[in-house]
Amino acid sequence: MNIEELREHLCSEYPDLCPLFSIEFGDGVLSVPAPRVLEAAAGLKDLGFDMLGMVTAVDFDEEFEVVYRVRSREMHVGLVVKVRVPREDARVASVTGLWPAANWHEREVYDLFGIVFEGHPDLRRILLTDDWVGHPLRKDYDDPSVIRRPDYL
Amino acid sequence: MTFVWGLLYGVGAVVLIAGGAVIGVWWERKVSARIQMRLGPQQIGPAGSLQMIADVPKLLFKEDVLPTAADKPIFRYAPLVVFAPIAASMAVIPFWNGWAPLDSTVGILFFLAVPSIGVIGILLSGWASHNTLATIGGLRAAAQMVSYEVPRSLAVLSVVVLAGSLRPTEIMGAWQWWWVPVTFLGFVVYLVSSIAEMNRGPFDLPEAESELVAGYFADYSGMRWAVFMMAEYGAMIVAALFGAAMFFGGFNWLPGVGGLAVFIGIATVIITAIMWAKWTFPRLRQDQLMTFCWTVLTPMAIVQLVIAGVVSLWL
Amino acid sequence: MIEPRETPDETVETAVDAVGVPDSAAAADDAAVAVTDPVAVEASLAGSVSVLEREGDRLVVNIGPSHPSTHGVCRVLVELDGEIITNAEPIIGHLHRGIEKIAENRTYLQVVPLTDRLDYVGSMYANWAYCRAVERLAGIRVPERAEYIRVIVCELQRIASHMMSIGSTGADTGATTAFMYSFWQREQVVDLFEQLCGARLTYNYVRPGGVAFDIPEGWVDRCRAFIAKHPDAMLEIDRLLFGNVICRARTKGIGVLDPDDAVAWGVTGPTARGSGVDWDLRRDDPYSVYPRFDFDVPLGERGDCYDRGRVRLFECIESCRIIGQALDQLAELEPGVIKADGLPRLLAPRPGDAYDHIESARGSLGVYLVSDGSVRPYRMKVRSPAFSNLAILPMLAKGHTLSDLVVILGSLDPVFGEVDR
Repeated sequence: MNIEELREHLCSEYPDLCPLFSIEFGDGVLSVPAPRVLEAAAGLKDLGFDMLGMVTAVDFDEEFEVVYRVRSREMHVGLVVKVRVPREDARVASVTGLWPAANWHEREVYDLFGIVFEGHPDLRRILLTDDWVGHPLRKDYDDPSVIRRPDYL
Repeated sequence: MTFVWGLLYGVGAVVLIAGGAVIGVWWERKVSARIQMRLGPQQIGPAGSLQMIADVPKLLFKEDVLPTAADKPIFRYAPLVVFAPIAASMAVIPFWNGWAPLDSTVGILFFLAVPSIGVIGILLSGWASHNTLATIGGLRAAAQMVSYEVPRSLAVLSVVVLAGSLRPTEIMGAWQWWWVPVTFLGFVVYLVSSIAEMNRGPFDLPEAESELVAGYFADYSGMRWAVFMMAEYGAMIVAALFGAAMFFGGFNWLPGVGGLAVFIGIATVIITAIMWAKWTFPRLRQDQLMTFCWTVLTPMAIVQLVIAGVVSLWL
Repeated sequence: MIEPRETPDETVETAVDAVGVPDSAAAADDAAVAVTDPVAVEASLAGSVSVLEREGDRLVVNIGPSHPSTHGVCRVLVELDGEIITNAEPIIGHLHRGIEKIAENRTYLQVVPLTDRLDYVGSMYANWAYCRAVERLAGIRVPERAEYIRVIVCELQRIASHMMSIGSTGADTGATTAFMYSFWQREQVVDLFEQLCGARLTYNYVRPGGVAFDIPEGWVDRCRAFIAKHPDAMLEIDRLLFGNVICRARTKGIGVLDPDDAVAWGVTGPTARGSGVDWDLRRDDPYSVYPRFDFDVPLGERGDCYDRGRVRLFECIESCRIIGQALDQLAELEPGVIKADGLPRLLAPRPGDAYDHIESARGSLGVYLVSDGSVRPYRMKVRSPAFSNLAILPMLAKGHTLSDLVVILGSLDPVFGEVDR
């Protein structure tokens, strides 16, 4: 299945999600607002997206963008789900109930970005020590151990 | 007079086992290397034979670590409790026609029973390390050693039944060449049980459990550890000599010194087979080990005993 | 597999009660070995394993980050009920170096050596996953010869990585000889790589746009000589290790992974294929020049450690097939063009993001790059298969013994450079 066919399939099954779909650089992207994450995830799982590849986040200045990549083995197609959450109140619903694979990925995002996944069974730091202060992958992470190279290389 | 003789024998046994361990370790390193497509010790001495002469002083120079929480007197002497019975059990092996250092009428019983004292040494060393998991490792080793004594004893008993005597020199006197095929099953059972007794080869979970859990001698270093190793190699040598004597007739193949040479030769082949087994097979898990003993080896040993009994009716 | 017992294990109870605490230490209530007990602290320092607490019949054992297994720094917190594991939680992060954060401060070319250190047993394909993401982001077309070389080194790297895994399985179960045999095969591959790019472990060879150096004189013949003998060596190791009755007893039925669980938990690679999940990116989502090759994908049936190990073993034989075909097809191309034309020294791709993945020895290794138009990546995320695979350890280890835990962990084949990044 290619991206166009996927768009048609998605729009026919889940017309509410249709306007959220776009194609960026050859990838199908579903830009979901934060409150609708569970709805979209359940819909995708129902459509046949049985593999969750990864959950990650990117720190843009005003907000975080949580990126999910799901894949359907049968339809041989992948889809990206992007969720923007405001920086001050970084909370997203957890999809661990739908794809257990999200468990560790969401813990890692929480650990490194500080985004709280509501409904996660065991949200605690995974890569860093339990008593670590701060979330290193944020752009404003300030720590004497982080040394910035000068721009001229 | 017997006391002086005993003392001389004791020193001789310790020297023999220590020397045997030195040669045994060299042989093991060569055998394992060849099995693994590499060469083994090369540099020191011809074919690396003097390697151990270098290793022994190294062990002597090592710091003798005594864990603070360990029960020190027991910690110090547990290795000896493991080593001494092995050296003692060598006394009843018939080396020459009609002669064994201790020519006892219940020699077989002596041989089978005395090494059991070593089990206590293992328990003591596990306990004295004051390490919960070392203790559990020691208990497992003890369970293993005690269990495998049953098939071993039954296998040896088959030779006793054929010979009609518990005295090793008499057994050697009555030995016939056709006993080899009759007791071969017993030999296999004896060999496997002996390997398990020594905590070696595929049965070394209690000691290689130091990969995962502290083994019963994990807290030992330097020469104390070396005593454990000498006990293991000593047990191997003793088991091989005894097996060569009982199941293959020892020195009966050739008269005179030739017989002794054949005896030692057969024992060497058995030792090499034991090493071969260790380096080829993975380890058995504890429960598989115990199941193997009770459901496979013991019935085999009983079958062998029955066969020997039936055959001896024809004698 | 041992069934969990209802009643507590008498032996363990007696042993721990018997150990007690020496007279000098005060806290001797109900033989609990508390964390603050100096004895336990010393024991934990002395060995890599220590008993942390004891509540009722449950023993919590810490298998420390450094232990003589060849898998790297992994700490596993095991709850034992007698001999049976009730929970085995891996605690990771001991090798976390912040590679993703460092990458934000490096140019796209400077990130390549960082990716070497992710899956350090498989540098070639780690480089390749990153380079594919960069090429997708920047729209670079890689010349054909470079693609063929990339496939050849990736498959060789897969062989080397699997040899490490199978050897470790042997070493963990006690079959040291199988370890040596596997490492001899790995050594030959590493020698080939040394002739190719000068390094034995971290190659820094696959670069955005192509590869760093062309194949030296005689390398193709040496490679062919290796793949001619390798399948026989694999079959020999199969007989030696997996054909051995004791190894079978140690690996069959241990750590069984259900295929539905595998897909739900995002498990990929030989770990999933051992359970019968028929998913291989080289065939199902083809990339590079893989569509031009003819190869099979080995599948397991039961999903136990035995099947996973054998899937890896037979994958090596399939890799030899691919390499042979690639070398044949490469011979028809002219030498020389190994890097894309006109690449600037400082790559500044268009703003946006890109993700690309490859089938590594551990599963689906992907790199997600976000660019803001500058010479440095704005965000680099590595989707590590070992990280996802390790999450199922508690599920697999339940109901087995401590000795089985090592075998199960080995069969998941984690490399902690990749897990922790």
